[in-house]
Amino acid sequence: MYAQALNTVTEVSKDDPAKLAAFQARIDAEEKIEPNDWMPEGYRKTLVRQISQHAHSEIVGMLPEGNWITRAPSLKRKAALLAKVQDEGGHGLYLYSAAETLGVSREELVDALHSGRAKYSSIFNYPTPSWADMGMIGWLVDGAAIMNQIPLCRTSFGPYARAMIRICKEESFHQRQGYEIVMTLARGTPAQKKMAQDSLNRWWWPALMMFGPSDSASQHSDQNMKWKIKRFSNDALRQKFIDATVPQGHFLGLTFPDPDLKFNEATGHWEHGEIDWAEFNRVVKGEGPCNRERIKARIKAHDEGAWVREAALAHAEKRAARKAAARIAAE
Amino acid sequence: MTEKNMPLWEVFIRSRTGLSHRHAGSLHAPDAEMALQNARDVYTRRGEGLSIWVVPSSAITASDPTDKDVMFEPTASKIYRHPTFYEVPDEVGHM
Amino acid sequence: MQTPLLTYTLRLADNALVLGHRLSEWCGHGPMLEEDLALANMALDCIGQARNFYTYAGEIEGKGRSEDDLAYLRDCDAFRNILLVERPRGDFAFTILRQFLYAAFMHPYFERLSASKDERLAAIAAKTVKEMAYHLRHSAEWVIRLGDGTEESAARLQEALADLWPFTGEMFEVDETERALIEAGVAFDPAGIRPLWLDTVDRVFADALISRPGDGWMQTGGRRGEHSEHLGHLLADLQFMQRAYPGSTW
Repeated sequence: MYAQALNTVTEVSKDDPAKLAAFQARIDAEEKIEPNDWMPEGYRKTLVRQISQHAHSEIVGMLPEGNWITRAPSLKRKAALLAKVQDEGGHGLYLYSAAETLGVSREELVDALHSGRAKYSSIFNYPTPSWADMGMIGWLVDGAAIMNQIPLCRTSFGPYARAMIRICKEESFHQRQGYEIVMTLARGTPAQKKMAQDSLNRWWWPALMMFGPSDSASQHSDQNMKWKIKRFSNDALRQKFIDATVPQGHFLGLTFPDPDLKFNEATGHWEHGEIDWAEFNRVVKGEGPCNRERIKARIKAHDEGAWVREAALAHAEKRAARKAAARIAAE
Repeated sequence: MTEKNMPLWEVFIRSRTGLSHRHAGSLHAPDAEMALQNARDVYTRRGEGLSIWVVPSSAITASDPTDKDVMFEPTASKIYRHPTFYEVPDEVGHM
Repeated sequence: MQTPLLTYTLRLADNALVLGHRLSEWCGHGPMLEEDLALANMALDCIGQARNFYTYAGEIEGKGRSEDDLAYLRDCDAFRNILLVERPRGDFAFTILRQFLYAAFMHPYFERLSASKDERLAAIAAKTVKEMAYHLRHSAEWVIRLGDGTEESAARLQEALADLWPFTGEMFEVDETERALIEAGVAFDPAGIRPLWLDTVDRVFADALISRPGDGWMQTGGRRGEHSEHLGHLLADLQFMQRAYPGSTW
């Protein structure tokens, strides 16, 4: 899940114009670019940044949901949630692999996350105090992510597109399991209904922010659109998400925390109130409710795992050395 | 960073009997046995596999994309390798 | 009064649930991403096993209790798992060594139980045996790597072994409840696989360059409902929602 529109800055290209033109022609012809192909430096950098941010989002995204694995209210929900969070780990792994084809190592990418140089989707800087949040993340956050991810299956860089195809296929159950949780709560006891409504109130606006700044405020997508790294604008995807989601919420008898939300008969779209971009910028900058603890949790897991990774590598070396010694002895 | 990089492996999976192994993705593992087990846990969580190959990524030799024309262009003109090059009258039937 | 078959089935279910819960605590916190996924897979296997055994236990009891009623609405003293599985997750050496000691026993155990005269137990065991075979393979490989890895990993493994060993004896206990089922061909006598278990342990430990402690005092009680302090905290997490919102559907 979670390809947030992060609007990464692309560098001004200093590449050979003839090569650039040939490259653009390939993109325009919908040819996929593969790792060893010539590519503009800006394209490579943009991809490394975007794919790794996407990977980091998957990995950090394991934490808010992981928070409920041990407390899931039924064995069925526990298994589904664990499988879902595990999938997210897998998706992070596929994406790190795609980024690595561009010549960076996973260690470098993880280091960039831990040192704060790399970003991840800011939605995961919100807390999950209630079980309903598991439903809401699946329904809204995965739902928003799918809007972003389906076009990414056709993104111009081959390894990224292939990772996204696999991810989209595996994720098809995530949003449904989330919606089913919310539905069960909405049809449950008054306490459960309240739980669902409270959770929707907390997640609705952050979910809309996942699509990134509105097109008028975002300067960097033009080049990414031209390179077909990105295929739809932030606002277009956000609108698509709102149009799909609002009726699903109304079906459950839930209210969206936006007094200005109304259906425009003429356009056939749901219109929403003003998004609080100050909040968005604050959370992106690191001042969300959980930014610090999310990164600390990742660093802790990484640091506590260091001795395990070292041991595994040391063992592999010993084994290789023994094999070599045995071969020499046999000769 | 002082930590050593964990080796990268390419994973190939046979999804059904009779099919060849197909590249599924890659992963990091300290050695071949762990790579195999990790490949099982990472790439076959939904019953996608019957057989797995893991290969150290460093062991793969790839053709250079800039050699594409030299490598692959010459075969394009050898149309006599294709069945449609040869004329057989319709009356003869399928051949 | 529980019938022997119910008690026996609950023991199998509780072992699987509690161990699955401990493994699930790693999700998102594993030592490397690949292993995070591996641990989650083992946790999912255990939770799946628990669900099968609980469903059957509910049927044996015949009072309409569901898998969730049994998992979420019994207190510590009603849980019948061995103490080994309720130990806190510890570090990776502890988790992986516990999995190894457990799977090295459970794999041959379920293999034999799949011939049980009780068809339902036999069917669940047959499914479980493949899962445990993989847990054994995966954990054994790790035990070897940790034991014959670095000084630190060897020390941690040795420490974990000292912590865990006194809890291994309970796997081989047979009480009167179980004796009757063994004689009826429903349960399987674990004493029969102790030599096999020791052999597996010794083989892997030899590669891991560690040695098994002598047979000292073995901790016991879980199978009778006498638990450590840790199970209560585990259940406080596990059962929180069902206890806070009784009678709700999730």
